[in-house]
Amino acid sequence: MHDTKSHSDDAPPSTWKRGDALTESGIPDDKGSSIVARAVTINRPVAEVFAYFRDFANLPTFMENVERIDILSDTRSHWVVKAPAGKTVEWDAVVTEQTQDSVIAWRSEPGADVANSGRVEFRDAGARGTVVTATIAYDPPAGIVGKLIAKMFQREPAIQARRDLRRFKQLMETGEIATAAMNRKQHEEELA
Amino acid sequence: MRALAWHGKHDVRVDTVDDPEIVNPRDCIIKVTATAICGSDLHLYDGYIPTMRAGDILGHEFMGEVVEVGAKSTLKKGQKVVVPFTIACGSCYHCGKHQYSACDNGLPADNQDIAQELYGQPMSGLFGYSHMTGGYAGGQAEYVRVPFSDVGPIVIPDGVEDEKVLFLSDILPTGWMAAENAEIEPGDTVAVWGCGPVGLFAVQSAFLMGAERVIAIDHFPHRLELAKKFGAETINYKESAVYEALMVMTGGIGPDAVIDSVGLEAHGFFVDNVLDQIKASTFLGTDRAHSIRQAIIACRKGGRVSMPAVYGGFIDKFPLGALMEKGLTLKTGQTHVQHYMPALLNAIMEGKIDTTFLISHRMDLEDAPKGYDMFKNNQNEVTKVVLKPGFN
Repeated sequence: MHDTKSHSDDAPPSTWKRGDALTESGIPDDKGSSIVARAVTINRPVAEVFAYFRDFANLPTFMENVERIDILSDTRSHWVVKAPAGKTVEWDAVVTEQTQDSVIAWRSEPGADVANSGRVEFRDAGARGTVVTATIAYDPPAGIVGKLIAKMFQREPAIQARRDLRRFKQLMETGEIATAAMNRKQHEEELA
Repeated sequence: MRALAWHGKHDVRVDTVDDPEIVNPRDCIIKVTATAICGSDLHLYDGYIPTMRAGDILGHEFMGEVVEVGAKSTLKKGQKVVVPFTIACGSCYHCGKHQYSACDNGLPADNQDIAQELYGQPMSGLFGYSHMTGGYAGGQAEYVRVPFSDVGPIVIPDGVEDEKVLFLSDILPTGWMAAENAEIEPGDTVAVWGCGPVGLFAVQSAFLMGAERVIAIDHFPHRLELAKKFGAETINYKESAVYEALMVMTGGIGPDAVIDSVGLEAHGFFVDNVLDQIKASTFLGTDRAHSIRQAIIACRKGGRVSMPAVYGGFIDKFPLGALMEKGLTLKTGQTHVQHYMPALLNAIMEGKIDTTFLISHRMDLEDAPKGYDMFKNNQNEVTKVVLKPGFN
Protein backbone atom coordinates (compact mmCIF):
# COMPACT_ATOMS: atom_id res chain seq x y z
CA MET A 1 0.00 0.00 0.00
CA HIS A 2 2.42 2.67 1.19
CA ASP A 3 6.14 2.71 1.17
CA THR A 4 7.09 1.26 4.54
CA LYS A 5 10.83 0.98 4.03
CA SER A 6 11.71 2.75 7.27
CA HIS A 7 9.73 0.11 9.15
CA SER A 8 10.15 -3.65 9.19
CA ASP A 9 6.52 -4.72 9.59
CA ASP A 10 3.31 -4.32 7.57
CA ALA A 11 1.37 -2.24 10.10
CA PRO A 12 -0.19 0.99 8.79
CA PRO A 13 2.04 4.03 9.42
CA SER A 14 -0.60 5.66 11.62
CA THR A 15 -0.11 2.85 14.16
CA TRP A 16 3.68 3.10 14.30
CA LYS A 17 5.29 3.65 17.67
CA ARG A 18 8.38 5.15 15.99
CA GLY A 19 9.42 6.42 12.60
CA ASP A 20 7.98 9.15 10.41
CA ALA A 21 4.35 8.16 10.05
CA LEU A 22 3.36 11.54 8.66
CA THR A 23 5.47 11.47 5.54
CA GLU A 24 4.88 7.81 4.86
CA SER A 25 1.11 7.75 5.20
CA GLY A 26 0.47 9.20 1.76
CA ILE A 27 -1.44 12.23 2.94
CA PRO A 28 -0.91 15.42 1.00
CA ASP A 29 1.80 17.80 2.30
CA ASP A 30 2.24 17.25 5.95
CA LYS A 31 -0.18 19.72 7.33
CA GLY A 32 -0.56 19.09 10.98
CA SER A 33 1.30 17.30 13.72
CA SER A 34 -1.32 14.79 14.85
CA ILE A 35 -2.28 11.85 12.72
CA VAL A 36 -5.17 9.47 13.04
CA ALA A 37 -6.31 6.58 10.87
CA ARG A 38 -9.48 4.57 11.11
CA ALA A 39 -10.79 1.77 8.94
CA VAL A 40 -14.31 0.46 8.51
CA THR A 41 -15.75 -2.24 6.26
CA ILE A 42 -19.02 -1.29 4.61
CA ASN A 43 -21.23 -4.01 3.19
CA ARG A 44 -21.96 -2.12 -0.07
CA PRO A 45 -20.24 -2.03 -3.48
CA VAL A 46 -17.20 0.26 -3.75
CA ALA A 47 -18.73 2.37 -6.54
CA GLU A 48 -21.72 3.25 -4.38
CA VAL A 49 -19.64 4.02 -1.29
CA PHE A 50 -17.15 6.14 -3.25
CA ALA A 51 -19.86 8.08 -5.09
CA TYR A 52 -21.63 9.02 -1.86
CA PHE A 53 -18.43 10.19 -0.21
CA ARG A 54 -17.12 12.06 -3.24
CA ASP A 55 -20.14 14.35 -3.17
CA PHE A 56 -18.87 16.45 -0.25
CA ALA A 57 -22.31 17.97 0.22
CA ASN A 58 -23.30 14.53 1.64
CA LEU A 59 -20.63 14.51 4.34
CA PRO A 60 -22.57 16.51 6.98
CA THR A 61 -25.23 13.75 7.05
CA PHE A 62 -22.82 11.50 8.94
CA MET A 63 -20.00 13.83 10.06
CA GLU A 64 -21.53 15.03 13.29
CA ASN A 65 -19.40 18.13 13.72
CA VAL A 66 -19.50 19.35 10.17
CA GLU A 67 -22.18 22.00 10.10
CA ARG A 68 -22.09 22.42 6.34
CA ILE A 69 -19.86 22.14 3.30
CA ASP A 70 -20.26 24.63 0.45
CA ILE A 71 -19.14 23.29 -2.90
CA LEU A 72 -17.02 26.03 -4.56
CA SER A 73 -15.86 24.09 -7.61
CA ASP A 74 -15.13 20.53 -8.65
CA THR A 75 -12.08 20.42 -6.38
CA ARG A 76 -12.62 23.24 -3.87
CA SER A 77 -15.04 23.36 -0.95
CA HIS A 78 -15.65 25.52 2.11
CA TRP A 79 -16.02 23.69 5.45
CA VAL A 80 -17.80 24.98 8.55
CA VAL A 81 -17.10 22.75 11.55
CA LYS A 82 -18.33 22.86 15.15
CA ALA A 83 -15.68 23.50 17.79
CA PRO A 84 -15.80 23.54 21.60
CA ALA A 85 -17.83 26.17 23.46
CA GLY A 86 -20.32 26.79 20.67
CA LYS A 87 -17.72 28.14 18.28
CA THR A 88 -17.11 27.11 14.70
CA VAL A 89 -13.90 26.79 12.71
CA GLU A 90 -13.76 27.21 8.95
CA TRP A 91 -11.45 26.46 6.08
CA ASP A 92 -11.30 26.01 2.36
CA ALA A 93 -10.22 22.58 1.22
CA VAL A 94 -8.82 21.51 -2.11
CA VAL A 95 -8.87 17.98 -3.48
CA THR A 96 -5.28 17.07 -4.27
CA GLU A 97 -5.75 13.54 -5.51
CA GLN A 98 -8.66 11.58 -6.79
CA THR A 99 -8.87 8.14 -8.37
CA GLN A 100 -12.31 6.82 -9.15
CA ASP A 101 -13.47 4.19 -6.62
CA SER A 102 -10.09 4.28 -4.95
CA VAL A 103 -8.73 7.48 -3.36
CA ILE A 104 -9.77 10.97 -2.35
CA ALA A 105 -7.16 13.23 -0.72
CA TRP A 106 -7.44 16.85 0.31
CA ARG A 107 -5.66 19.57 2.21
CA SER A 108 -6.76 22.86 3.67
CA GLU A 109 -5.73 26.07 1.93
CA PRO A 110 -3.67 28.77 3.66
CA GLY A 111 -5.62 30.71 6.30
CA ALA A 112 -7.45 27.67 7.71
CA ASP A 113 -8.54 27.91 11.36
CA VAL A 114 -7.35 24.33 11.79
CA ALA A 115 -4.77 23.29 9.22
CA ASN A 116 -5.59 19.76 8.12
CA SER A 117 -5.14 17.24 5.39
CA GLY A 118 -6.50 13.83 4.77
CA ARG A 119 -6.66 10.83 2.56
CA VAL A 120 -9.51 8.34 2.27
CA GLU A 121 -8.90 5.05 0.52
CA PHE A 122 -11.62 2.76 -0.80
CA ARG A 123 -10.81 -0.88 -1.47
CA ASP A 124 -13.10 -3.49 -2.98
CA ALA A 125 -13.36 -6.24 -0.35
CA GLY A 126 -15.39 -8.68 -2.42
CA ALA A 127 -18.23 -10.32 -0.52
CA ARG A 128 -17.52 -8.11 2.49
CA GLY A 129 -18.13 -4.91 0.57
CA THR A 130 -15.71 -1.99 0.74
CA VAL A 131 -12.91 -1.19 3.14
CA VAL A 132 -12.74 2.54 3.81
CA THR A 133 -9.57 3.82 5.48
CA ALA A 134 -9.40 7.44 6.51
CA THR A 135 -6.11 9.05 7.49
CA ILE A 136 -6.28 12.59 8.79
CA ALA A 137 -3.51 14.95 9.90
CA TYR A 138 -4.32 18.16 11.71
CA ASP A 139 -2.91 20.92 13.85
CA PRO A 140 -4.88 20.94 17.09
CA PRO A 141 -6.04 24.46 17.92
CA ALA A 142 -3.84 26.12 20.56
CA GLY A 143 -1.55 23.09 20.85
CA ILE A 144 -1.83 20.67 23.73
CA VAL A 145 -4.35 22.71 25.69
CA GLY A 146 -6.64 22.93 22.70
CA LYS A 147 -6.44 19.19 22.27
CA LEU A 148 -7.36 18.62 25.91
CA ILE A 149 -10.30 20.98 25.65
CA ALA A 150 -11.37 19.33 22.44
CA LYS A 151 -11.19 15.93 24.09
CA MET A 152 -13.37 17.13 26.94
CA PHE A 153 -16.00 18.15 24.44
CA GLN A 154 -15.49 14.91 22.51
CA ARG A 155 -14.67 16.90 19.43
CA GLU A 156 -11.25 15.36 19.31
CA PRO A 157 -10.62 14.13 15.78
CA ALA A 158 -9.42 10.66 16.81
CA ILE A 159 -12.76 9.96 18.50
CA GLN A 160 -14.72 11.88 15.93
CA ALA A 161 -13.20 10.07 12.95
CA ARG A 162 -14.14 6.70 14.38
CA ARG A 163 -17.70 7.78 15.14
CA ASP A 164 -18.12 9.47 11.76
CA LEU A 165 -17.01 6.34 9.94
CA ARG A 166 -19.46 4.26 11.98
CA ARG A 167 -22.27 6.64 11.02
CA PHE A 168 -21.17 6.50 7.36
CA LYS A 169 -21.34 2.71 7.53
CA GLN A 170 -24.77 2.78 9.18
CA LEU A 171 -26.12 5.14 6.55
CA MET A 172 -24.76 3.13 3.63
CA GLU A 173 -25.80 -0.26 5.03
CA THR A 174 -29.14 0.49 6.69
CA GLY A 175 -30.30 3.73 5.09
CA GLU A 176 -30.41 5.48 8.45
CA ILE A 177 -28.23 6.42 11.42
CA ALA A 178 -28.94 4.53 14.65
CA THR A 179 -30.23 6.58 17.56
CA ALA A 180 -31.63 5.71 20.96
CA ALA A 181 -33.73 8.89 21.01
CA MET A 182 -37.28 8.10 22.08
CA ASN A 183 -38.82 10.93 20.14
CA ARG A 184 -38.02 13.66 17.64
CA LYS A 185 -37.37 16.30 20.29
CA GLN A 186 -34.69 14.14 21.94
CA HIS A 187 -33.25 13.39 18.53
CA GLU A 188 -32.92 17.07 17.66
CA GLU A 189 -31.21 17.73 20.98
CA GLU A 190 -28.74 14.93 20.22
CA LEU A 191 -27.87 16.41 16.85
CA ALA A 192 -27.54 19.97 18.13
CA MET B 1 -46.94 7.30 29.17
CA ARG B 2 -46.09 5.21 32.23
CA ALA B 3 -42.82 3.32 32.32
CA LEU B 4 -40.60 1.48 34.79
CA ALA B 5 -37.45 3.53 35.32
CA TRP B 6 -34.19 2.67 37.05
CA HIS B 7 -33.10 5.18 39.68
CA GLY B 8 -30.30 3.29 41.43
CA LYS B 9 -29.49 0.05 43.17
CA HIS B 10 -32.75 -1.59 44.32
CA ASP B 11 -34.64 1.57 43.34
CA VAL B 12 -36.99 1.24 40.37
CA ARG B 13 -40.14 3.35 39.97
CA VAL B 14 -43.04 3.70 37.58
CA ASP B 15 -42.74 7.24 36.21
CA THR B 16 -44.71 9.33 33.76
CA VAL B 17 -42.45 10.08 30.80
CA ASP B 18 -42.75 11.41 27.24
CA ASP B 19 -44.36 9.09 24.70
CA PRO B 20 -42.05 7.58 22.10
CA GLU B 21 -42.33 8.63 18.46
CA ILE B 22 -41.11 7.45 15.07
CA VAL B 23 -37.58 8.87 14.65
CA ASN B 24 -36.04 6.82 11.83
CA PRO B 25 -37.79 5.49 8.71
CA ARG B 26 -37.50 1.83 9.70
CA ASP B 27 -39.01 2.38 13.19
CA CYS B 28 -42.37 1.34 14.49
CA ILE B 29 -44.14 2.13 17.75
CA ILE B 30 -45.81 -0.64 19.65
CA LYS B 31 -48.38 -0.50 22.42
CA VAL B 32 -47.13 -3.05 24.93
CA THR B 33 -49.58 -5.79 25.84
CA ALA B 34 -47.20 -7.97 27.87
CA THR B 35 -43.65 -7.66 29.16
CA ALA B 36 -41.59 -9.70 31.57
CA ILE B 37 -38.90 -9.15 34.16
CA CYS B 38 -35.79 -11.08 33.14
CA GLY B 39 -33.20 -12.61 35.42
CA SER B 40 -30.69 -10.33 33.76
CA ASP B 41 -32.82 -7.33 34.82
CA LEU B 42 -31.83 -8.31 38.34
CA HIS B 43 -28.20 -7.58 37.43
CA LEU B 44 -29.32 -3.99 36.69
CA TYR B 45 -31.48 -3.95 39.83
CA ASP B 46 -28.53 -5.09 41.91
CA GLY B 47 -26.27 -2.46 40.40
CA TYR B 48 -23.86 -4.82 38.68
CA ILE B 49 -24.07 -3.30 35.20
CA PRO B 50 -22.09 -0.11 34.54
CA THR B 51 -23.29 2.86 32.42
CA MET B 52 -26.81 2.98 33.87
CA ARG B 53 -28.35 6.43 34.32
CA ALA B 54 -31.23 7.48 36.56
CA GLY B 55 -34.43 7.50 34.54
CA ASP B 56 -33.42 4.71 32.14
CA ILE B 57 -36.49 2.68 31.15
CA LEU B 58 -35.91 -1.06 31.67
CA GLY B 59 -37.28 -4.15 29.98
CA HIS B 60 -36.15 -6.23 27.04
CA GLU B 61 -38.80 -8.97 26.95
CA PHE B 62 -41.93 -7.47 25.46
CA MET B 63 -44.62 -7.71 22.83
CA GLY B 64 -47.53 -5.64 21.71
CA GLU B 65 -49.64 -4.14 19.00
CA VAL B 66 -48.18 -2.02 16.22
CA VAL B 67 -49.74 1.45 16.52
CA GLU B 68 -47.48 3.52 14.27
CA VAL B 69 -45.06 2.71 11.44
CA GLY B 70 -42.20 4.61 9.80
CA ALA B 71 -41.98 5.04 6.03
CA LYS B 72 -39.74 1.99 5.62
CA SER B 73 -41.30 -0.33 8.19
CA THR B 74 -42.92 -3.42 6.67
CA LEU B 75 -45.32 -3.84 9.58
CA LYS B 76 -48.95 -2.78 9.57
CA LYS B 77 -50.93 -1.02 12.27
CA GLY B 78 -52.90 -3.49 14.36
CA GLN B 79 -50.47 -6.40 13.94
CA LYS B 80 -49.43 -8.25 17.07
CA VAL B 81 -45.64 -8.65 17.29
CA VAL B 82 -43.00 -10.07 19.63
CA VAL B 83 -39.84 -7.93 19.67
CA PRO B 84 -36.35 -9.49 19.90
CA PHE B 85 -34.25 -7.99 22.71
CA THR B 86 -31.29 -7.62 20.35
CA ILE B 87 -31.47 -4.55 18.09
CA ALA B 88 -30.00 -5.59 14.76
CA CYS B 89 -30.07 -3.97 11.31
CA GLY B 90 -30.44 -7.03 9.10
CA SER B 91 -28.10 -5.67 6.44
CA CYS B 92 -24.54 -5.76 7.80
CA TYR B 93 -22.06 -8.60 7.37
CA HIS B 94 -22.90 -10.18 10.72
CA CYS B 95 -26.67 -10.02 10.22
CA GLY B 96 -26.05 -11.66 6.83
CA LYS B 97 -24.48 -14.56 8.73
CA HIS B 98 -27.40 -14.54 11.19
CA GLN B 99 -25.07 -13.38 13.97
CA TYR B 100 -27.66 -10.79 14.94
CA SER B 101 -26.31 -10.03 18.40
CA ALA B 102 -23.03 -9.06 16.70
CA CYS B 103 -24.78 -6.55 14.42
CA ASP B 104 -22.49 -3.68 13.41
CA ASN B 105 -25.21 -1.06 13.26
CA GLY B 106 -27.58 -1.61 16.17
CA LEU B 107 -25.68 0.69 18.52
CA PRO B 108 -25.63 4.46 18.07
CA ALA B 109 -22.10 5.45 16.97
CA ASP B 110 -21.32 7.33 20.19
CA ASN B 111 -22.40 4.39 22.38
CA GLN B 112 -20.01 2.05 20.58
CA ASP B 113 -16.91 3.53 22.22
CA ILE B 114 -17.29 1.80 25.60
CA ALA B 115 -17.80 -1.68 24.15
CA GLN B 116 -15.00 -1.09 21.68
CA GLU B 117 -12.60 -0.24 24.50
CA LEU B 118 -13.82 -3.05 26.77
CA TYR B 119 -14.38 -5.86 24.27
CA GLY B 120 -12.41 -4.84 21.17
CA GLN B 121 -15.49 -4.48 18.98
CA PRO B 122 -18.96 -3.17 19.76
CA MET B 123 -21.96 -5.52 19.74
CA SER B 124 -25.62 -5.08 18.76
CA GLY B 125 -27.93 -2.78 20.66
CA LEU B 126 -30.18 -4.12 23.42
CA PHE B 127 -33.43 -2.69 24.74
CA GLY B 128 -33.41 -1.29 28.27
CA TYR B 129 -29.96 -2.49 29.26
CA SER B 130 -27.58 0.39 30.03
CA HIS B 131 -25.89 2.88 27.76
CA MET B 132 -23.10 0.51 26.82
CA THR B 133 -25.74 -1.44 24.88
CA GLY B 134 -27.17 1.67 23.25
CA GLY B 135 -29.22 3.47 25.86
CA TYR B 136 -32.45 2.36 24.18
CA ALA B 137 -35.62 2.78 26.24
CA GLY B 138 -37.00 -0.63 27.20
CA GLY B 139 -40.30 -2.44 27.08
CA GLN B 140 -41.53 -2.26 30.68
CA ALA B 141 -43.62 0.65 29.49
CA GLU B 142 -46.90 1.42 27.78
CA TYR B 143 -45.25 2.19 24.44
CA VAL B 144 -41.87 1.46 22.85
CA ARG B 145 -40.02 2.79 19.82
CA VAL B 146 -38.69 -0.26 17.95
CA PRO B 147 -35.84 0.42 15.47
CA PHE B 148 -35.34 -1.79 12.39
CA SER B 149 -38.94 -2.95 12.69
CA ASP B 150 -38.77 -4.38 9.16
CA VAL B 151 -36.35 -7.11 10.25
CA GLY B 152 -36.74 -7.58 14.03
CA PRO B 153 -40.27 -8.12 15.32
CA ILE B 154 -42.08 -11.33 14.42
CA VAL B 155 -45.80 -11.15 13.56
CA ILE B 156 -47.99 -13.42 15.68
CA PRO B 157 -51.07 -15.04 14.14
CA ASP B 158 -54.44 -13.74 15.34
CA GLY B 159 -55.96 -15.36 18.37
CA VAL B 160 -52.74 -16.61 20.00
CA GLU B 161 -52.47 -15.75 23.69
CA ASP B 162 -49.64 -13.36 24.59
CA GLU B 163 -48.30 -15.65 27.27
CA LYS B 164 -47.69 -18.48 24.80
CA VAL B 165 -45.33 -16.40 22.64
CA LEU B 166 -43.94 -13.62 24.87
CA PHE B 167 -40.76 -15.55 25.66
CA LEU B 168 -39.73 -15.61 22.01
CA SER B 169 -38.30 -12.18 22.82
CA ASP B 170 -35.36 -13.56 24.79
CA ILE B 171 -35.38 -16.52 27.16
CA LEU B 172 -36.78 -19.21 24.86
CA PRO B 173 -34.31 -18.56 22.01
CA THR B 174 -31.58 -18.11 24.64
CA GLY B 175 -32.29 -21.52 26.16
CA TRP B 176 -32.50 -23.04 22.68
CA MET B 177 -29.20 -21.48 21.54
CA ALA B 178 -27.60 -22.66 24.79
CA ALA B 179 -28.53 -26.24 23.91
CA GLU B 180 -27.47 -25.75 20.28
CA ASN B 181 -24.08 -24.44 21.44
CA ALA B 182 -23.70 -27.60 23.51
CA GLU B 183 -23.63 -29.52 20.17
CA ILE B 184 -25.64 -32.37 21.64
CA GLU B 185 -25.25 -35.83 20.12
CA PRO B 186 -27.74 -38.66 20.59
CA GLY B 187 -27.05 -40.45 23.85
CA ASP B 188 -25.35 -37.47 25.48
CA THR B 189 -25.62 -36.48 29.09
CA VAL B 190 -25.95 -32.73 29.50
CA ALA B 191 -25.56 -30.87 32.81
CA VAL B 192 -27.31 -27.52 33.22
CA TRP B 193 -26.29 -25.08 35.95
CA GLY B 194 -29.19 -22.85 36.99
CA CYS B 195 -32.89 -23.66 36.66
CA GLY B 196 -34.09 -20.17 35.99
CA PRO B 197 -36.09 -19.59 32.80
CA VAL B 198 -33.10 -19.96 30.48
CA GLY B 199 -31.90 -23.09 32.24
CA LEU B 200 -35.38 -24.65 32.14
CA PHE B 201 -35.73 -23.88 28.44
CA ALA B 202 -32.24 -25.31 27.89
CA VAL B 203 -33.39 -28.52 29.62
CA GLN B 204 -36.41 -28.78 27.28
CA SER B 205 -34.28 -27.92 24.23
CA ALA B 206 -31.55 -30.41 25.11
CA PHE B 207 -34.07 -33.26 25.19
CA LEU B 208 -35.58 -32.11 21.87
CA MET B 209 -32.07 -32.17 20.39
CA GLY B 210 -31.53 -35.78 21.39
CA ALA B 211 -29.91 -35.71 24.82
CA GLU B 212 -30.45 -38.99 26.65
CA ARG B 213 -30.04 -37.50 30.10
CA VAL B 214 -30.13 -33.95 31.42
CA ILE B 215 -28.91 -33.20 34.92
CA ALA B 216 -30.18 -29.91 36.34
CA ILE B 217 -28.34 -28.11 39.15
CA ASP B 218 -29.81 -25.42 41.40
CA HIS B 219 -30.64 -24.84 45.06
CA PHE B 220 -34.29 -23.76 44.78
CA PRO B 221 -36.46 -26.87 45.32
CA HIS B 222 -39.37 -25.48 43.29
CA ARG B 223 -37.18 -24.78 40.28
CA LEU B 224 -35.65 -28.24 40.48
CA GLU B 225 -39.18 -29.66 40.55
CA LEU B 226 -39.93 -27.86 37.28
CA ALA B 227 -36.78 -29.31 35.71
CA LYS B 228 -37.84 -32.76 36.89
CA LYS B 229 -41.21 -32.35 35.13
CA PHE B 230 -39.35 -32.10 31.83
CA GLY B 231 -37.47 -35.29 32.59
CA ALA B 232 -34.27 -33.94 34.09
CA GLU B 233 -32.43 -35.53 37.00
CA THR B 234 -31.54 -32.99 39.64
CA ILE B 235 -28.74 -32.00 42.00
CA ASN B 236 -29.43 -29.54 44.80
CA TYR B 237 -26.00 -28.07 45.50
CA LYS B 238 -26.99 -27.17 49.07
CA GLU B 239 -27.64 -30.82 49.76
CA SER B 240 -25.07 -32.61 47.59
CA ALA B 241 -21.55 -32.11 46.29
CA VAL B 242 -21.98 -31.22 42.62
CA TYR B 243 -18.72 -32.47 41.07
CA GLU B 244 -18.77 -35.71 43.03
CA ALA B 245 -22.44 -36.32 42.22
CA LEU B 246 -21.91 -35.65 38.51
CA MET B 247 -18.93 -37.98 38.34
CA VAL B 248 -20.83 -40.85 39.95
CA MET B 249 -23.99 -40.19 37.90
CA THR B 250 -21.96 -40.30 34.66
CA GLY B 251 -19.93 -43.38 35.54
CA GLY B 252 -16.78 -41.39 36.19
CA ILE B 253 -16.76 -39.74 32.78
CA GLY B 254 -18.32 -36.34 33.44
CA PRO B 255 -21.15 -34.75 31.40
CA ASP B 256 -20.59 -34.67 27.62
CA ALA B 257 -21.75 -31.08 27.57
CA VAL B 258 -22.24 -28.48 30.28
CA ILE B 259 -24.42 -25.38 30.17
CA ASP B 260 -23.89 -22.44 32.51
CA SER B 261 -27.12 -20.49 32.72
CA VAL B 262 -26.31 -18.81 36.02
CA GLY B 263 -23.78 -16.14 35.28
CA LEU B 264 -22.31 -13.21 37.05
CA GLU B 265 -24.39 -13.31 40.21
CA ALA B 266 -24.00 -16.97 41.08
CA HIS B 267 -25.29 -17.72 44.55
CA GLY B 268 -23.55 -19.79 47.13
CA PHE B 269 -20.97 -19.40 49.83
CA PHE B 270 -17.94 -20.38 47.88
CA VAL B 271 -14.62 -18.73 48.58
CA ASP B 272 -14.25 -17.48 45.01
CA ASN B 273 -17.80 -16.04 45.05
CA VAL B 274 -17.20 -14.12 48.24
CA LEU B 275 -13.97 -12.69 46.88
CA ASP B 276 -15.68 -11.78 43.61
CA GLN B 277 -18.52 -10.08 45.43
CA ILE B 278 -16.18 -7.96 47.50
CA LYS B 279 -14.30 -6.91 44.39
CA ALA B 280 -17.43 -6.15 42.39
CA SER B 281 -18.97 -4.03 45.12
CA THR B 282 -15.73 -2.11 45.60
CA PHE B 283 -15.43 -1.44 41.85
CA LEU B 284 -12.48 -3.76 41.41
CA GLY B 285 -14.82 -5.20 38.87
CA THR B 286 -14.73 -8.96 38.68
CA ASP B 287 -17.82 -10.99 37.93
CA ARG B 288 -18.97 -13.69 40.34
CA ALA B 289 -18.46 -16.81 38.39
CA HIS B 290 -18.56 -19.96 40.44
CA SER B 291 -20.89 -21.79 38.07
CA ILE B 292 -18.68 -21.55 34.99
CA ARG B 293 -15.63 -22.72 36.96
CA GLN B 294 -17.52 -25.72 38.30
CA ALA B 295 -18.97 -26.55 34.87
CA ILE B 296 -15.54 -26.57 33.21
CA ILE B 297 -14.06 -28.79 35.90
CA ALA B 298 -16.97 -31.26 35.68
CA CYS B 299 -17.12 -31.46 31.87
CA ARG B 300 -15.74 -34.64 30.32
CA LYS B 301 -12.55 -34.60 28.27
CA GLY B 302 -13.16 -33.28 24.76
CA GLY B 303 -16.61 -32.08 25.83
CA ARG B 304 -18.50 -28.88 25.11
CA VAL B 305 -19.07 -25.89 27.34
CA SER B 306 -22.05 -23.68 26.51
CA MET B 307 -22.35 -20.38 28.33
CA PRO B 308 -25.61 -18.49 27.78
CA ALA B 309 -25.15 -16.81 31.17
CA VAL B 310 -24.40 -13.11 31.15
CA TYR B 311 -20.90 -11.98 32.03
CA GLY B 312 -19.79 -8.40 31.57
CA GLY B 313 -16.23 -7.95 32.68
CA PHE B 314 -13.32 -10.01 33.92
CA ILE B 315 -13.18 -13.04 36.12
CA ASP B 316 -10.44 -14.32 38.35
CA LYS B 317 -9.30 -17.90 38.68
CA PHE B 318 -10.76 -18.94 35.35
CA PRO B 319 -9.71 -22.59 34.85
CA LEU B 320 -8.02 -21.96 31.54
CA GLY B 321 -5.72 -24.91 32.10
CA ALA B 322 -8.65 -27.32 32.40
CA LEU B 323 -10.19 -25.87 29.25
CA MET B 324 -6.95 -26.41 27.34
CA GLU B 325 -5.73 -29.68 28.81
CA LYS B 326 -9.13 -31.39 28.45
CA GLY B 327 -9.59 -30.01 24.95
CA LEU B 328 -12.96 -28.44 25.67
CA THR B 329 -14.91 -26.28 23.25
CA LEU B 330 -16.47 -23.13 24.69
CA LYS B 331 -19.37 -21.48 22.89
CA THR B 332 -21.23 -18.47 24.16
CA GLY B 333 -22.71 -15.11 23.21
CA GLN B 334 -25.79 -12.96 23.42
CA THR B 335 -28.61 -14.71 21.62
CA HIS B 336 -29.13 -14.27 17.87
CA VAL B 337 -32.85 -13.93 18.60
CA GLN B 338 -33.97 -13.03 15.09
CA HIS B 339 -32.42 -16.25 13.78
CA TYR B 340 -34.38 -18.51 16.12
CA MET B 341 -37.78 -16.82 16.34
CA PRO B 342 -39.56 -18.27 13.27
CA ALA B 343 -38.75 -21.92 14.01
CA LEU B 344 -39.52 -21.53 17.70
CA LEU B 345 -42.85 -19.84 16.96
CA ASN B 346 -43.69 -22.90 14.87
CA ALA B 347 -42.63 -25.22 17.69
CA ILE B 348 -44.94 -23.34 20.05
CA MET B 349 -47.84 -23.43 17.58
CA GLU B 350 -47.32 -27.17 17.10
CA GLY B 351 -47.28 -27.73 20.86
CA LYS B 352 -43.71 -29.06 20.93
CA ILE B 353 -42.54 -26.43 23.40
CA ASP B 354 -44.50 -25.14 26.37
CA THR B 355 -43.52 -21.79 27.82
CA THR B 356 -46.48 -20.85 29.99
CA PHE B 357 -45.53 -23.22 32.84
CA LEU B 358 -42.90 -20.68 33.79
CA ILE B 359 -45.20 -17.79 34.64
CA SER B 360 -45.78 -17.64 38.38
CA HIS B 361 -47.02 -14.06 38.71
CA ARG B 362 -49.02 -11.62 36.61
CA MET B 363 -49.16 -7.96 37.60
CA ASP B 364 -50.08 -4.54 36.39
CA LEU B 365 -47.17 -2.47 35.06
CA GLU B 366 -47.87 -0.07 37.95
CA ASP B 367 -46.82 -2.83 40.37
CA ALA B 368 -43.51 -3.51 38.62
CA PRO B 369 -41.33 -2.34 41.57
CA LYS B 370 -43.06 -4.95 43.74
CA GLY B 371 -42.41 -7.51 41.00
CA TYR B 372 -38.68 -6.74 41.06
CA ASP B 373 -38.56 -7.06 44.82
CA MET B 374 -40.39 -10.39 44.77
CA PHE B 375 -38.31 -11.80 41.92
CA LYS B 376 -35.13 -10.77 43.71
CA ASN B 377 -36.08 -12.06 47.15
CA ASN B 378 -38.21 -15.13 46.51
CA GLN B 379 -36.63 -16.92 43.60
CA ASN B 380 -37.92 -20.28 44.74
CA GLU B 381 -41.54 -19.47 44.02
CA VAL B 382 -41.25 -16.48 41.72
CA THR B 383 -40.08 -18.08 38.49
CA LYS B 384 -41.37 -15.41 36.11
CA VAL B 385 -43.23 -12.15 36.51
CA VAL B 386 -45.29 -10.94 33.55
CA LEU B 387 -46.35 -7.29 33.58
CA LYS B 388 -49.39 -6.07 31.70
CA PRO B 389 -50.23 -2.40 31.31
CA GLY B 390 -53.85 -1.91 32.39
CA PHE B 391 -54.07 -5.36 34.03
CA ASN B 392 -55.81 -4.13 37.18
